[in-house]
Amino acid sequence: MIAHSIFFYFFSIIAIISAIMVTASKNTVHSVFFLILDFISISCLFIMIGAEFLGMIMLIVYVGAVAVLFLFVVMMLNVAQQKNQWFLSESSSRHIPMGLIISLIIFFELLIVVGGWKYKPDLVNSTNISINNDISNTHSLGQVLYTDYIHIFQISGMILLIAMIGAIVLTYRQREGVKKQSYLKQISRERSEGVEVLEVPSNKGVQIDD
Amino acid sequence: MTEIGLGHYLTLGAVIFSIGIIGIFLNRKNIIVILMSIELILLAVNINLVSFSIFLNDLSGQVFTLFILTVAAAEAAIGLAIIVVYYRNSGTIRVEEIDQLKG
Repeated sequence: MIAHSIFFYFFSIIAIISAIMVTASKNTVHSVFFLILDFISISCLFIMIGAEFLGMIMLIVYVGAVAVLFLFVVMMLNVAQQKNQWFLSESSSRHIPMGLIISLIIFFELLIVVGGWKYKPDLVNSTNISINNDISNTHSLGQVLYTDYIHIFQISGMILLIAMIGAIVLTYRQREGVKKQSYLKQISRERSEGVEVLEVPSNKGVQIDD
Repeated sequence: MTEIGLGHYLTLGAVIFSIGIIGIFLNRKNIIVILMSIELILLAVNINLVSFSIFLNDLSGQVFTLFILTVAAAEAAIGLAIIVVYYRNSGTIRVEEIDQLKG
């Protein structure tokens, strides 16, 4: 149990420090790296607490896809030179106290909720899906996900499909001067516009316009 | 070093949530860091759901964490696509210079 506490404090301190560094670091590329560190430490916490499937999925989805996407966009847009100036410019410094006050109020509200919160004892018994310790976490999630939550699962698939189509439509642009194949033009050709039969006079030849 | 309970994980979630809110309010650099703060907020929500799921012995929290993960990935893809289009049109993604709506 002491090892559990030590690992919890280790990973959570790393997570909090890297979350602070995400917002405070001067370089945007460093922010992405600290975001990756944050995701990794939180997924270590998930694995430690017993939700190993979610920890692994978080490593794959967040670190493998989302953070790499962020890094890709940061490097593509050349924003690494746009340095952080929000402590210096006087036009933005009036946002800082208001933002700090609102964030602290939200934090203390959450602490009050957490500190004063007691669940009813029969709340635990009212659950439909209790965790079975005989089978693994992935097994039990799979048993639930494709039976009880199949509609939500398919709707989340639709969300991903719509997001993919939206991202492609948003960033697609027609370029000038690029040779491309037009299937519609190819299959809608007719014989009259492709082939022409000419009467060729002898000893004169024929003029072909091309 | 007391025993780690539900309250510790909820406090960790609250701290990361607040840091995400601070990042949205105080950011003066570019919109990408604001998107990263939104990812931090979703991460805090995931921590809360998973810790409730483990300590209350109910699997539904982990299932919904999976769906929040899906929505977060879709949101990051769409947001970054919008940022790329905006940068292509206006040449900047600094928060101070994005004032076309006069908000």
